[in-house]
Order: sequence, then C-alpha cells, then structure tokens
Amino acid sequence: MRPEALWRPSASIAILKARAQLLAAIRAFFMQHGLLEVQTPILSAHATVDRHIDSFATRDGRWLQTSPEFAMKRLIAAGSGPIWQLAPVFRVDEQGRHHNPEFTMLEWYQPGYDHLRLMDEVEALLRHCGAPDCRYERLSYREAFVRHAGFDPFVLSAQQLRAQLGPAGIAEPEQLDAADLADRDFWLDLWMSQHISPRLGQDAPQFLYDFPASQAALARVRDGEPPLAERFELFWRGIELANGFHELSDAQEQRRRFLADQAWRAQQKRMVPPYDAHLVEALAAGFPDCAGVALGVDRLLMLLTGCARLEEVLAFAADRA
Amino acid sequence: MASVSTNEMKAGTKVLIDGDPYSVIENEYRKPGKGQATNTLKIRNLKTGRVLEKTLKSGDSWEAADVEDKDMQYLYNDGQFWTLMDPVSYEQIQAGEAAMADAAKWLKGEETVRVTLWNEAPLVVYAPNTVELVVAETDPGLRGDTATGGTKPAKLETGAVVRVPLFVNEGEKIKVDTRTGEYLSRVGK
Repeated sequence: MRPEALWRPSASIAILKARAQLLAAIRAFFMQHGLLEVQTPILSAHATVDRHIDSFATRDGRWLQTSPEFAMKRLIAAGSGPIWQLAPVFRVDEQGRHHNPEFTMLEWYQPGYDHLRLMDEVEALLRHCGAPDCRYERLSYREAFVRHAGFDPFVLSAQQLRAQLGPAGIAEPEQLDAADLADRDFWLDLWMSQHISPRLGQDAPQFLYDFPASQAALARVRDGEPPLAERFELFWRGIELANGFHELSDAQEQRRRFLADQAWRAQQKRMVPPYDAHLVEALAAGFPDCAGVALGVDRLLMLLTGCARLEEVLAFAADRA
Repeated sequence: MASVSTNEMKAGTKVLIDGDPYSVIENEYRKPGKGQATNTLKIRNLKTGRVLEKTLKSGDSWEAADVEDKDMQYLYNDGQFWTLMDPVSYEQIQAGEAAMADAAKWLKGEETVRVTLWNEAPLVVYAPNTVELVVAETDPGLRGDTATGGTKPAKLETGAVVRVPLFVNEGEKIKVDTRTGEYLSRVGK
C-alpha cells in the first residue's frame, strides 16, 4: 500500500463544491420556512450523559458538545420560536466508514409540532436537497422488526432476542458480561445495527418511529401497551441520517432520566459528566409542546454524491485533521 | 500484559486470542445513533492462515500479541532447521518446517526474507516476492514453437517445479513470482 500524502484533503474539490451547494440549499430551505438561524456555544460546563455517547473533556473542565440540543431547547423555552442551526459536534471514539469524531449536525426545533409532523418537514428538506422526490415510507419500530427479523421486538425477552441471532447469521459479540446478557436494549441495538438498519431505506429514505420507551432518550413517552417513545429516525441506504423527538417537556422526568444515565455510567465505570442543569431549569420554567431533530450533514452529502466513505466528503477527516 | 482496544485496531494490528496470534485485516465500526456500538473484526490466524470474523463491543480489547515483522538473512538448512540471521545484531535463529512451509522451495541461501516473529520465534517466513533461479531439469523445447503459449514443467535448482514456456532450456536462469508460483521471464546472462 502506498502511503498517501497526509497534507492533502480527504475530499476532492468537486465534492467540496457539492458540500457548499448543500449548505446553501439547507439555508435557503429554512429561510423559506421562516425559521431563525442561531449559534450556541460549542464549549459548555455540561455535557450529554447519554449512555452510548462520550464527550471530549477540555483541560479547564468543560466539554465539547455532542449536539447543540440543550442550548437550543433553552432558547425555545425562552420564547425564540422555531430555530435551526448548523453546528460542529464531537464524539469520542466514533470512527469508521460512516463515522468521524468531529462532524456537522443540522438541528432544528418546531414549537407546536409532534414527531409525526416533523417527519413531514424532514422529508421536505431532503427532497429540496436532491434526495429522492417521493413520499418516504413511515415504518414503526415494531413493523421494521416484524418485516426484517420476523418477530415482535416488544414481546421477546433478552434471552429470546439472543437466541434468534444465530439463525439470522448475526455474530454475538465476545466478552459479554451479565449486565449485557440481561439488557433487552443491548440485544435490540445489536439486531438494529447488524440486521435491521442495513435493510432500511434501500430505494428511497425510510422513517422509523415509535421506539421502545427504554430508548426514549429525550423524547416523550406515550402511554399505552406497550408505552412508546415518540422518537423517529431516518435511514437511507442502510445509513442512519437523522434522529428526532417529540420533546420531553417534563423537568422532573428529564432530571430522573439524566440521573439514571449517570448512575448507569458510574456503574459501568465510564466517565460521568455533569448533566445540563440549565436545561432542567428551562423545562421547569415552561417549555412549549415542541419537536426537534438532528441530521448528519456529512452523511447526507455522502449519500447524495454516491460516496462510500464519510471521509470522502470531509475536507480533512480525523486521520489528517 | 498490554491490551489493544477496538478503536486502536487497524489493519496489521497483532492480537492474541485463545493463545493464538492473529493479524487484523479489517475493522468495521457500527453504531445505532443512541445505542451500543460494536466493532466487527476480520482477523487472520497467523499460525494457520485461517480468516475469521469476530464482534466486540466498542471499547473492549484483546491482549496484544508480541508479533513483529523483520527482514533477516537466510543462511542454510541442516535438514531439520532453517537458520536465519539478523543482519544488524548477527544473532541467529532457527525456523522449523511449519514456518518455512511456503518459502522453503524458493530459497537457496543468502536471500533476505521477511520473517514474522512471535515471542521472538519465527512464525512465518516469506520468500522474496520474486526470485531468480536456474532451471535444473526440463524437457527440450519443441521445434519452432515460440509464441503459441504452450508451457511445460521445469524443476528449479531449489527443487521447486514451475510451468515455463516451451523455449526455456535447462541451465537458463528464470524469474518467478513466489506468491503465485508463476514464471515471469528469462534472466539475461
């Protein structure tokens, strides 16, 4: 293998022109739709405590954002109305064919919307940006499993989810501990990443919505049997492009989830950043009914331009940044 | 014991699994947006050559294998062992038949060979990609046949047998690709 000169860009100049066009198209879309463009701090005293997202810590005890969501929701609580932002975000160790530790997030919030209505707007944005110009299928989390795995994800136990892997040809990870074995979400995630998501959005993009309540993250949970998280994701050619929520507005519940995630992190001996207390206060001060979504701009560009690897659309990927 | 985490595993990283040394070929990172990330690793067993796939949770690790590649000089074979010398320290080590399996038939002595060492013992010896050897035995070429592409077996001075064009004669030196075992050209005198 011939070593490539590392001073050179990872992306071609033609792709960088396509990137500039995509950013212009996104900006035009939000101007047409009347959303306010905002900029919020990249560096914060707080960080996400999401179990599976690690933040970069800075020398002075602050944190690089993994998403601008907390600051944007504080603006919403302060009465900003609909807002959008293009933000650099950072996630430790996320490195691979479709990952780079630093990437560009498009995030927007629509007061008065729920997750279903926001899906319509995500679809409109993608069509505006050159993605397939048709109606994108909405598939519930349950329907996706029934269609592609042949079972209902809400009724199988952790053990049963595990037992089904072999027949589907999915390799079980090595070195699992007792907590993994008993964790339904661990096995659901494995099914999702190894088997279901690679089959989603093969023709046109597809939405996945109504997640298990245990995977609500910052979404509100709708009562029912089973209760469902009002959360959606968008997939195109097997790649996750966006994640949206009908936003949780209950300060007490938000605090409870932050504390539960911190406790899980402590028990797993992972770093435990301080959760965003300002967000909890903002929700307590009164947060309008609202939906929000985060979309990976680099991945969208990769798919629009037919590139196979994320680094092909980054001026300088992590190995040469 | 040093360990290697999934995010440090790159093509060529050497790891130890169930007592066997492996070389990483590919590392595929998968992560659902809000869920547990995994790495699927394609790895080659350096003792058997077998390739397999294993999955780890991201952040988990394997023990690092004390494996290194070194260029060494092949000196001689005493019938049982092949003796190799480090050209810098002049230290000599012996490789057994298992390590020599693919390389032995191409070597005369004095060549520089790539040696994969595990705990300082030779695991695999690789012949140079191309070697120049004299044809020891082959049938005489057929009259007038030059460009029809016909081939015949030829035994080389090291004992290796390769297919050569019909015009190649005994006593001539030829160049061979050791990875494919294919004849490349005659070597001018």
